[in-house]
Amino acid sequence: MSISRRKFLGWVGAAGLSTTIGKPAAAATGKHFTGYPNSFAILHDTTLCVGCRTCEAACNKVNDLPPPDKPFTDLSVLEDRRRTTTKAFTVVNKYDNKEKSKSPVFFKKQCNHCLEPACASVCFVSAFTKTKTGAVIYDSSVCVGCRYCMIACPFEIPTYEYDQVLTPRIRKCTMCYPRVIKGQLPGCVEACPMEALSFGKREDMIKIAQERFRKYPDRYVDHVYGEHEMGGTSWLYISGTPFKELGMREDLGVTPAPQLTAGALSSVPIIAGLWPVLLAGLYAVSKRKEKIAQTEKERPAESETEEES
Amino acid sequence: MAQVTTAEHKSIFSLFNLIALIVLGMGVYITYLRFTGGLAAVTNLSDDNPWGIWISFDLLCGVALAAGGYVTSAAVYLFGMKNYHSAVRPAVLTGFLGYALVVLALQYDVGRPWRLPYPLVVQQGTTSVLFEVGLCVATYLTVLFVEFSPAALEWLGLKKARNLVVKLTILLTIFGVVLSTMHQSSLGSLFLIVPSKLHPLWYSPYIPIYFFVTSIIAGLSMVIFESTLSHRFFSYKMDETHHKEANGVTLGFGKAASYVLAGYFAIKVMGISSGNQWHFLKTGYGTWYLVELLGFVALPSLLYAIGVRVKSLGLIKFTSVLAILGVILNRFNVCLVAFNWQLPAGERYFPHWMEIGISVFIVMIGLLLYRFIVTRMPILYEHPDYKDAH
Repeated sequence: MSISRRKFLGWVGAAGLSTTIGKPAAAATGKHFTGYPNSFAILHDTTLCVGCRTCEAACNKVNDLPPPDKPFTDLSVLEDRRRTTTKAFTVVNKYDNKEKSKSPVFFKKQCNHCLEPACASVCFVSAFTKTKTGAVIYDSSVCVGCRYCMIACPFEIPTYEYDQVLTPRIRKCTMCYPRVIKGQLPGCVEACPMEALSFGKREDMIKIAQERFRKYPDRYVDHVYGEHEMGGTSWLYISGTPFKELGMREDLGVTPAPQLTAGALSSVPIIAGLWPVLLAGLYAVSKRKEKIAQTEKERPAESETEEES
Repeated sequence: MAQVTTAEHKSIFSLFNLIALIVLGMGVYITYLRFTGGLAAVTNLSDDNPWGIWISFDLLCGVALAAGGYVTSAAVYLFGMKNYHSAVRPAVLTGFLGYALVVLALQYDVGRPWRLPYPLVVQQGTTSVLFEVGLCVATYLTVLFVEFSPAALEWLGLKKARNLVVKLTILLTIFGVVLSTMHQSSLGSLFLIVPSKLHPLWYSPYIPIYFFVTSIIAGLSMVIFESTLSHRFFSYKMDETHHKEANGVTLGFGKAASYVLAGYFAIKVMGISSGNQWHFLKTGYGTWYLVELLGFVALPSLLYAIGVRVKSLGLIKFTSVLAILGVILNRFNVCLVAFNWQLPAGERYFPHWMEIGISVFIVMIGLLLYRFIVTRMPILYEHPDYKDAH
């Protein structure tokens, strides 16, 4: 009887658990993905940016965001280091230029729309989607509000409506997905008076960047930020100042975020399959030991009264 | 007779009852603020620091400290260490209450708690470690509930149902160990995605294994610590077997914890070596890391070993507190102290008093439920009708 029960246990454990846990691991196995073909990207050339905040104003308008504390014409806010908030999906920061101290560098910050986004990979309700246009969009109708996407984002972009009681949402740049699918330009790109922002196919944006490197080698650091960082992003940056000095991490590596957890997730079905067998085996060993100990204890008695056994 | 016993012990609890009342009152008040004003009204959480102590303490520590259930039941039912049998029910009860309170705490932390079943029923984010954690915690809470239920069924006198559940013991224990292995380690895997945010001394590809091994340390130490408290306050509820086995449990679990701590120390050093992070030890974070590793891993391992060697129950009990604090310290370090280490000091997180208030409130609910159950159900003693059942 004990054997059939053990078999049964192993079967139930292995079959039951691997069917429930098997799927996530399969979906997480890292495949080489270099972005949707013909997806869009935005190239930010910081050497052309003058810090006028027109893009911030346009972003505020197209996203129907509440008015800012200080008007967009007030450039004093550039003195502080700012991050994205629920009221501002993009912010322009001012950085000192070590080479030419009189001409500071302006750097626009917003969601980088990773090719393989960390936020989408960690979301346990799949609220984030990497669309074929390149935009990473968010669906608040399923969001539980665990804020793991904010933990996971290497660029510290998603923000949360902590003050909302019943309907708190994650807020971030949508790369103007609703406009782009209608054939319009993203708000910030359309508004930029300096052509510091270019919108087009990602391959073309990289080509434009390289073209500028070739034409004006003295003006740029020879690196397109976002071409490979975290597996690549749909926002690309070129600059005359090292990106580290513009508040961008240079130690992120080129591994797409989902690959960081793929290994751990793929070990899950192994545990579900192997552990029940191992544990049932240990149980069998301890049972057997007990049985042997019992028989050995009974042996002297056995020789006296044989019927007892 | 029951009334006499209660009366006898009333005086011990009166101060405790007063404190409990204050804590519960405070908890209800903060709960009201949380669900009328949102997270901003009661927490210091921000866009840079989205997880606070409700995650680091209530979730990460809560789950680790509730590991006594699977550790003890595996030792007794699967590995045949029957002389620890009297420790199973208190450990399973603590595990069950622990997980139930983790789920309660999450109602405060997540933005829309009524959507917590969404990952299961609406849309599955199968690439998320959190999805796996959620699935395992939900399943394991159910398993713990069933594992605990014989005590309640004996109390209620439902013999048939009780006998049916007892027949499932081995199956439930195996399920419990499998699920615990998965989600205890996965709580560590949550941080695999943030190599750029978690300090390199704490970030390691081995972090799931660290979390799993420390859960065993926490489980073993919690059984010792709890038994110390139970002997102090509920000694009158214990039967002869429980009293007789208690010292053996303390010695045996202390010995096991000493070994596991030693193994954990070894894999931590291997982690530092494989990542070649030695140079970080010279920094301030390095000092803090050494405090954790030497003071709360190496030291308890040594003290447990000495305690077992010289059979000093006092030393083992003291060490259990040290080891538990070590696990708590580790979870706080991973989730808060070493997380966002590159942010300027002004943007770092420190909990609002009301966040601490809710954590205390939830621990208090746990203590009260534990007391309610052990003073009524056969947890610390065997029910006279089912003596031969084991």
